[in-house]
Amino acid sequence: MNSIDTLVDRAHQSAARLGIKKYDIYGALVEDTSVQVDRGNPKQVKASQRSGVTVRVWNQANRVGITSTTAIDDLGLELALQMAQEASAFGPEEYGPDFSPAAQEPVTPVERPLAAPVPVTQLLRELVAAEQSLLAAHPAIQGVPYNGIAQQKVDKFYLNSQGARRQESRTSASIYLYTKTEIPGKKPRSAGAMRLGLGLEDLDIQGCLQEAAEKTISHLDYAPVTSGQYRVVFSPEAFLSLWAAFGNLYNAQSILDRQSLSTPESLGTTVASPLLSVWDNALHPSNIGAPSFDGEGTPTQPVQILEQGVLKSFLHSAGTAKRLGASPTGHAVIGAKVSVSPHFFHVLPGQPPDQTHHLETDEQVVFVDDLQALHAGVQALQGSFSLPFDGWLVRRGERVSIEAATIAGDIRKLLNSIIYVEPNPELTRRGFCPRVWVEGVAVTGEAGA
Amino acid sequence: MVLLIAAPAAPPQEAPQVHRLDYAWAPLLAHLLGLGRSAGADLVEFFLERDQYVSCLVEEDKVTSIAPSLSVGAGVRVFKGLADCYVSTNDLSAVGLRSALEKGLEILGLSLGSSLVPEVNLELLRDYAAAQGKDLWLDRCSPIGEMGDILRQANHELARQGSHVQARRCVYFRDWQEVLVAASDGTFARDIRLTQSAGCHLLCADGLHRASLGQRLGDTSNPEFLRAWDFTTTAADLAEAAGKMLYADYVESGAYPLVMANQFGGVIFHEACGHLLETTQIERQTTPFAGKKGEQIAHPSLTAWDEGRSLQAFGTIDMDDEGMPAQQTLLIENGILKNFLADRAGSLRTGHPRTGSGRRQSYAYAPASRMRNTYIAPGPYSLEDLFASVDRGIYCKKMGGGSVGPTGQFNFAVDEAYWIENGKVTKPLKGATLIGEATEIMNRISLCSQDLGLAAGFCGSVSGSIYVTVGQPHIKVDSITVGGR
Repeated sequence: MNSIDTLVDRAHQSAARLGIKKYDIYGALVEDTSVQVDRGNPKQVKASQRSGVTVRVWNQANRVGITSTTAIDDLGLELALQMAQEASAFGPEEYGPDFSPAAQEPVTPVERPLAAPVPVTQLLRELVAAEQSLLAAHPAIQGVPYNGIAQQKVDKFYLNSQGARRQESRTSASIYLYTKTEIPGKKPRSAGAMRLGLGLEDLDIQGCLQEAAEKTISHLDYAPVTSGQYRVVFSPEAFLSLWAAFGNLYNAQSILDRQSLSTPESLGTTVASPLLSVWDNALHPSNIGAPSFDGEGTPTQPVQILEQGVLKSFLHSAGTAKRLGASPTGHAVIGAKVSVSPHFFHVLPGQPPDQTHHLETDEQVVFVDDLQALHAGVQALQGSFSLPFDGWLVRRGERVSIEAATIAGDIRKLLNSIIYVEPNPELTRRGFCPRVWVEGVAVTGEAGA
Repeated sequence: MVLLIAAPAAPPQEAPQVHRLDYAWAPLLAHLLGLGRSAGADLVEFFLERDQYVSCLVEEDKVTSIAPSLSVGAGVRVFKGLADCYVSTNDLSAVGLRSALEKGLEILGLSLGSSLVPEVNLELLRDYAAAQGKDLWLDRCSPIGEMGDILRQANHELARQGSHVQARRCVYFRDWQEVLVAASDGTFARDIRLTQSAGCHLLCADGLHRASLGQRLGDTSNPEFLRAWDFTTTAADLAEAAGKMLYADYVESGAYPLVMANQFGGVIFHEACGHLLETTQIERQTTPFAGKKGEQIAHPSLTAWDEGRSLQAFGTIDMDDEGMPAQQTLLIENGILKNFLADRAGSLRTGHPRTGSGRRQSYAYAPASRMRNTYIAPGPYSLEDLFASVDRGIYCKKMGGGSVGPTGQFNFAVDEAYWIENGKVTKPLKGATLIGEATEIMNRISLCSQDLGLAAGFCGSVSGSIYVTVGQPHIKVDSITVGGR
């Protein structure tokens, strides 16, 4: 019997002892190892084995209480059930969460081979080699201060007192390499890259290395940019960062809480250029984690958020779907107040464009490679943003790194100012996305106006 | 005073009950530390933690979330030479802790031998919790029902005092943490931390005009904190600010002189300078201040502290997460760099003395050098002096969050700003982001007023999210780049 079977038995026995009739449990058992190096030597190595479960208990008045715990032995689990039972007296009287009606429907099978963990010594060997290669890539690279390789195994489960039971295991590995350069008379610069894989053998370390080196070298010669309105090209990573930061546009819970730029009536309205279509697809073949169910046990599924600029669907939990007359979409994050979160975006061109654009031939564009400090510079409820970025001024394919600059605007205006969505998507941490071109975006640089 | 404890006749086989972390753990931990040392580790450290957390959310006069959570766990750190490794686990049984230790040793190429194991002599337990009556704190806090009642009243105040209110939220959390630290250098210490925070958030909308503002207070040592919260004033301040910002114009980008308010205005120093004085940054070679101890790094008008001892401040700790008593650390005096913030590993690898700054979010993280209560000391000027010195500039009354990058460039958002014209505060402005280089900005803080104020904050970094205080008096910055429209 595996540890999740044991947990199920414990939960049933404890609930019976406490007289609890209705409950559900979502949790995970996680094992991970990570390493960092410093000029050829191990800097810090971390390993952990941890568990965590969230327990919801409904009382006779169908009010819900919740407790999270990392103690999943007999005593810990029973204490959590008991606390959740007590907390249920204070649970919401209206619009309280309930079991997902889809919690026992079949899930889409997801094929993700599990990678065996490799020894720490191998992780260190790979990282030391990557660091050395990066240091050798250019004499200006003085260090790789932010670096790491990690591997992880997650066993996730959901069960409820009506007999629903889900379970899945995933493995993943990641590498990141961020350099620091110093040239006399110039400001220090930094650039980097990261990659994800199912395991170490699947990890594109060479690709990460090459991208980090290429970006670093491209930022060595930099110049200030004149403040003004620019045609801007967002890298896939930058565009998805911004799209995710304004997630309240399509998050049903935010909309019901009136913490959104959208309202329930926004469905079917045009919120972006017809050149843009966006899906959220947990099951996308490129999604390493690919969860097959959400925190309420609802199967995940592809959801089209935008179709040619028109808002087609919100992301739902069971509760938001019920209130808005929709079906759960598999995006619930369990809690006393269930929240909603995206899984993996897939951005596509919408309508065919009147005109295509190319970095090699366009007269002048600002290429935004990486947006920074989103937690500070995004006013999600106002729709505005003002963010530092790494990028280049590109003139007919010739690029010059931009010294410290910010980009600012309103997300609604930006989405409607898209002039081109390139056809070829790239894989990023947040999803699959091509480069996106936007007209008339404010850039503030240090060269003045 | 360090007392030696008698070695048990046989190695302890079972861990004490997890419901209390205290001297009862000494035999097991002393034995495990001895095992680690005999395997060849230079130093071994155990960190045991129990945590009870509860949060409460009230929206539109209704309690929409009560979320308790319980956690127990341990971390073991093993040092060999300049290298260290960290293993964490939820399993606090004797077998679980030993297995975590073995894994840590194995990572560093060490293994347990079969020879006789000398037990480590731990000091007599330094129990900050018992010494200060903290064991009774949790029972004196507001129970769940009272939390909801107080937050509902606060939420109602927002509705009463605000205009064009679209959404209103009030939140409270209580984080009770019991920690026990034992290390093979004899360190053996216990503490209880009780961190509480309450705050409100208001979203106002009128057509396309929107204003979204929040305010939060925090405390680390008053179980009665929630009952004592003056939510009427919090609601009034928030409603007034939101009313002004609702119709604010977007700021025009450019370089401006500015006056930055006290309290949370201190986030500029936290981000632009404080992080760069952590030994973690020296190790990574990501601070321009490495090697500059004793040198002028800031304007002569600037003196700054980081300390863990201010009564009830949000970053106050009696001991750090490595069992060292919190210190009061002078960072900069009249512009001259005096000290860095060092944890155990940072001290080992950089040579700077430990300052009681080894902090972490939980047992899942290895400690790192982190800030506690960090502030710029008050200066000789009046508030009027600061404003009078600005012809055309910006008053940053309320700062949002910010961050500092690996090369010292920082940025932070301004939630509430006003235009200054000929020394007078005039129209409200929104959408401003302040951008700069740490080394440059520290030399542009030219005037400090007398009104030092502290504010609660959260700081995320290598060892997770921790509670901190930022603070300063009103200050004048001669010039800074403002990103806007």
